[in-house]
Amino acid sequence: MSLELIGICVLWAFLFGYVIIASIDFGAGFYNAYSVLTNRSDVLSDVIKRYLSPVWEVTNVFLVFFFVGMVGFFPQTAFYYGTILLVPVSISLILLSIRGAYYAFESYGMAGHKGYATAYGLAGLLIPASFSVVFTISEGGFVEMVNNYPQLNYKALFTSPLTWSIVVLSIVAVLYISAVFLTWYAHKARDHKASNLMRKFALIWSAPLAISAVGIIIEFRGHNPFRFEKMVSVWWLFAISAILFFVTTWLLWMKRNYGMMVILLFSQFALAFFAYGISHYPYLLYPYLTIHDSFTNKEMAIALIIVFILGAALLIPSLILLFKLFVFNKDYVRGIHDEHV
Amino acid sequence: MINDSAVFWSRILTEVTLSFHIIYATIGVGVPILIMIAQWIGIKNNDEHYILMARRWARGFVITVAVGVVTGTVIGLQLSLLWPNFMQVAGQLIALPLFMETFAFFFEAIFLGIYLYTWDRFENQKKHMLLLIPVAIGASMSAVFITVLNAFMNAPQGFDIVDGQLINIQPLVAMFNPAMPTKVAHVLLTAYMTCAFLLASIAAYRLLRGSTHEYHKKSLYLLMKLGFIFAVATAIVGDFSGKYLAEYQPEKLAAAEWHFETAPNAPLVLFGVLDDGEVKYALKIPFALSILAHNNPTAEVIGLDQFPVDEHPPYYIHYLFDGMVMIGMFMVALSLIYLLALWRDWTFIQTKWFRWIVVAGGPLSVIAIELGWWLAEVGRQPWLLRGIMRTEQGATTSEYVDLMLILFSGLYFILAVGSILALQRMFKNNPIENEIARRKERDFV
Ligand code: HDD
Ligand code: HEM
Ligand code: HEM
Repeated sequence: MSLELIGICVLWAFLFGYVIIASIDFGAGFYNAYSVLTNRSDVLSDVIKRYLSPVWEVTNVFLVFFFVGMVGFFPQTAFYYGTILLVPVSISLILLSIRGAYYAFESYGMAGHKGYATAYGLAGLLIPASFSVVFTISEGGFVEMVNNYPQLNYKALFTSPLTWSIVVLSIVAVLYISAVFLTWYAHKARDHKASNLMRKFALIWSAPLAISAVGIIIEFRGHNPFRFEKMVSVWWLFAISAILFFVTTWLLWMKRNYGMMVILLFSQFALAFFAYGISHYPYLLYPYLTIHDSFTNKEMAIALIIVFILGAALLIPSLILLFKLFVFNKDYVRGIHDEHV
Repeated sequence: MINDSAVFWSRILTEVTLSFHIIYATIGVGVPILIMIAQWIGIKNNDEHYILMARRWARGFVITVAVGVVTGTVIGLQLSLLWPNFMQVAGQLIALPLFMETFAFFFEAIFLGIYLYTWDRFENQKKHMLLLIPVAIGASMSAVFITVLNAFMNAPQGFDIVDGQLINIQPLVAMFNPAMPTKVAHVLLTAYMTCAFLLASIAAYRLLRGSTHEYHKKSLYLLMKLGFIFAVATAIVGDFSGKYLAEYQPEKLAAAEWHFETAPNAPLVLFGVLDDGEVKYALKIPFALSILAHNNPTAEVIGLDQFPVDEHPPYYIHYLFDGMVMIGMFMVALSLIYLLALWRDWTFIQTKWFRWIVVAGGPLSVIAIELGWWLAEVGRQPWLLRGIMRTEQGATTSEYVDLMLILFSGLYFILAVGSILALQRMFKNNPIENEIARRKERDFV
């Protein structure tokens, strides 16, 4: 395996980690807002808070890891993406910052508030939507080179159906992932009211998820035939992912084996995410940038990989400890102790 | 292709973001150590007050960490958004410490989550305190790694440029550049010092507001003692930083000292104004610059005459330097007087005016941090990578940077107000007297 392939696999894995944990977080904010607005905050807020509080900072680090690693392994991405993404990423950053900081302010300093909960919930949907534009841009067709500098064509971007179908998919996926996960988490907390409510949401969002996923594949066909063909060449991965999706919803429907259901959920998205990634190979920004020509020098690459291995040896046990104490600890999940500082 | 307005606005936006982040980042670096010290003393002396100190500081810390994390995420991405040409080059040379930093963040974030949510979960308090060690190490290491990167910008090495190509790249040599030892040490010590004086400000303020609780007196004493140690160390390492500059970046030192002609027996110029190249109304300390630069009152110090005018840093950094050093000296003196007075039972330290000065010490230290960074960064101008890449070459070419400046300024305003309100409410609703009373009640039941 070449060094650049190792690099991109590691980064893609971390991005996947971010997508999943952040989806749970963003969706939870939305459901919390929903329950506050419908005066049923007693049902959901507790469970959501208990899950989110100890892990929110860790979620953010996954994102930081991804973009720092990207610039490290593929420094040219800083030039291409840095130049074109100023506006879209700045908007995501502002939303992300307000949402993240106010989560802490509200949980520890200020009392709950309806307007605030709504803004928090909506921000959680706008963030994935605005980040998802980066995927759209990477497909090519929206960037032109002017005097050797890349420039983003905003008009083409915002009038393309591909953009909007990716935006829709990202939002629906967030709501679905979060609902399925929280069904399981609330079930473990023996909070059956919350679990049943989340189950309903998960079922509601499953159909839109399937429709928007299929819709995107169709969009691709019109947008960029080359990329469409690459997607078709890994059709079997997408197919397995689809099967896992059906099994997940079936378990959900039958109220059976929620633990297995969450594992299947993660596997379904992992397969789809990696299938998409493989179909993108070798382009980072179609057609200007591939992982080969943007790769850093060999010395730096080896140094980064060594640091990654050492770092992982430190992190994986720590992460396991974190999950053991908060996600897999029965007493904590059920809220038996309040041990907050 | 250089887009002048984009260069200008990128500089302003970087400046605003970093100046804002550094306040919260400094708190993030220093406070975990102080929490650890307080908790340790509490456990060792079986004194509940110190344990509560740790607990209350940790509660406030959650708020400042939140702002530190989000503004750090912003600056991390802004580096690529505003300086894409620079990051493309720097990525090849110095990505290693930046990558290491993310592991430090990870480590810190994980254990901070655990620490905050397992208060009283462990039978043995010591075990809980041990969780702070990775938090403190993670926070300090993130400061170390980012400062290594900044040091590299001041003293780039570990590569060769042949025909415009970067070759012979040695990531470790780039990291261990000559600017690194003094810079890292100075940044860490100033963070610890600033946090000690900031928390001391709060204790002094509570005493001023009429609280007579022993808790505040204990905390003030502990913090002034620690602050004194860190302040003295800061001044010593600051002196080494001056020697580093004299050797490797003489133009920065010369501009900071208004030392225009290369000369021996150089005096240290304090304050004053510059009138047509003439220094007026300044306080001159004979030989002091030669001592600062080379530890020798007669040594020759390189002046700005050795550099082409278009490579001179802006001369106003002189005031930044003076301000930082004055505050440093002042804080050493203040904490020393406080400790002497306690020892000798002088009572003036309990007067209102003296306590107000202690209250001012925290904000003053933060100002010194800002002045120090502006000195270091503006003093590096016109270079982004000293001697290799000028600032305008690194900047973005895209439009709308000015608009982003407005948006982000609004963001920082909201974050500043929100964090202050949240902290205020947190402690106002739960003063120490109530918390101690409640604990007593609970133990009684
Ligand atoms: C509480 C804050 C604080 C205080 C009291 C001082 N400093 Fe400082 N100084 C910093 C906070 C700081 C800093 C923020 O940490 C800087 C900015 C960049 C850096 O490396 O450290 C810095 C930079 C800095 C530099 C420039 C280094 C460079 O550009 O590479 C010098 C020469 C000094 N300091 C010297 C001193 C001296 C002689 C002090 C006497 C007491 C002093 N500082 C007090
Ligand atoms: C990661 C590496 C860093 C990069 C790429 C970077 C880059 C820059 C650039 C390009 C400028 C604009 C120069 C100008 O305005 O003339 C700047 C200014 C500044 N930087 Fe750095 N810097 C880095 C590290 C730091 C660090 C660690 C700090 C401390 C918090 C810092 C603090 C500042 C400040 C306060 C300014 C404003 C200076 C001014 O008034 O111009 N920088 N930096
Ligand atoms: C160019 C300069 C800088 C960049 C790019 C940067 C980047 C970041 C990033 C991405 C984070 C968020 C990490 C997370 O998600 O947990 C962060 C937080 C942090 N930064 Fe910065 N940083 C810079 C300057 C500094 C400096 C100069 C210091 C210390 C002196 C510092 C210390 C910290 C600390 C301790 C945190 C953790 C948050 C906290 O505990 O408050 N950073 N920084």
